[in-house]
Amino acid sequence: MGLPAYLTLLCPLAAGPLARLLGDRLDPRRATWLLTAAAVLLAGTSCGALGLLSLSALVRVPLVARLGELSPAVLTSGDPTETGIALVAGVLFGAALLATAAFAVRRARALADARRHARGLPGKGSLVITRDESADAYTVPGRPSRIVVSRGMLDALDDAGRAALLAHERAHLDGRHYLYTSAVRLAAAANPLLRPLADAVEYTIERWADERAAAHIGDRGTVARAIARAALAAKASGQRPGPVPALGAVFARGGAGASPAHGIGPVPRRVAALLGPPPLRRPATTALTLLFLVFVILCALHAADNLQDVLSLAHVEGG
Amino acid sequence: MGTQTNDPDSGIAAGPGSRRAAGQLESAVLAVLWEVGRPLSAGEVRDRLHRDGAGSAELSYSTVVTILTRLHEKKSLSRQRDGRAFRYAPVADRAGLAARRLSALLDQSPDREAVLSRFVADLSDRDEQLLRGLLGEGPGSGRD
Repeated sequence: MGLPAYLTLLCPLAAGPLARLLGDRLDPRRATWLLTAAAVLLAGTSCGALGLLSLSALVRVPLVARLGELSPAVLTSGDPTETGIALVAGVLFGAALLATAAFAVRRARALADARRHARGLPGKGSLVITRDESADAYTVPGRPSRIVVSRGMLDALDDAGRAALLAHERAHLDGRHYLYTSAVRLAAAANPLLRPLADAVEYTIERWADERAAAHIGDRGTVARAIARAALAAKASGQRPGPVPALGAVFARGGAGASPAHGIGPVPRRVAALLGPPPLRRPATTALTLLFLVFVILCALHAADNLQDVLSLAHVEGG
Repeated sequence: MGTQTNDPDSGIAAGPGSRRAAGQLESAVLAVLWEVGRPLSAGEVRDRLHRDGAGSAELSYSTVVTILTRLHEKKSLSRQRDGRAFRYAPVADRAGLAARRLSALLDQSPDREAVLSRFVADLSDRDEQLLRGLLGEGPGSGRD
């Protein structure tokens, strides 16, 4: 097995550079797709490689070998994986499975809560306006999904700004953006090295909704100003606790692709992006990313193939 | 935690010991205050609960005070001093409260960011300055 399996395990280290490459410069819709695909693929292959490494140790346990009618001699000579490494891989594999399952349960519950509450909100339309004086606006996924906007938020915006806000939130609903964030967070739960990708996706879906809103309104500057005013109003009404600086430095919390190196949060970056030139499709960047993903797949397949070769050989000899 | 704001009548007679019953009592009290539309004292709230036939013979004055205090702590009710007692009023209307509860509930969950898509994320002080710069406003001159 050897090299391909280890290469597969190293691939997630590319998450940080990949997130930087795709997060800011690319058309946000395309970026979201590529980042999500990369996260899910890397999580799957790296966990798979851990599984293979631990399996290669498991079959060398005499009892398992006997049950599988495998030849211990072939297994030991054909597979250079050291027992110690295999054990570590086994532990990591188990931890990844547990973390993934725990995350899946938690997220499913959060979504069920949201769904229930979306149903419980008054009115039948998708828009719910609360008489809350503090400025807040968000989308709750459900059936129907709801857009909740406080009166404080409406007061902070002019007509064009309100239209921009609604277009942004509708873009989240139409695009089912919570599915992307759930997928990448699941991937990051399975392999914490993938967190930069998850943070980047949380940012690119906001950019995606921003650009959709801009296309709907017909003016990117209007959307930029609406976001800035809304954020300032939300901070002024101070209803929610602000970002935790210590966590922010470590995990880029507020995640949404906050870049801790520069300490600039997602909102100013979104505004700046809208005030700058429209995003590009960048075929070269896209091609490079796809090439990398193909490399990842080949590594993983090769690793699986190697183990299978050893196993089938051992089976012939042992059976 | 008392998410069923829509059935204020059920379960009132249940013992205040269970959390579910407590949540329903809170809903019933909130419903009374929404209906009336002006601040009420604990005694008035209790009288109205009785009059609404909420089957609350067991509902003592102190229970009502406890519920009101708890709702005040949850920031669902505002209160003002009136003589020796307090008068309570809902902070938000029904929609606002449901939304607030949802928001509070999701805030407890580490997964809230991805479940709720908020229009704008939290700002640091530095972000605020940057935004004011981008909007061409000096510090402090923004509309809040």
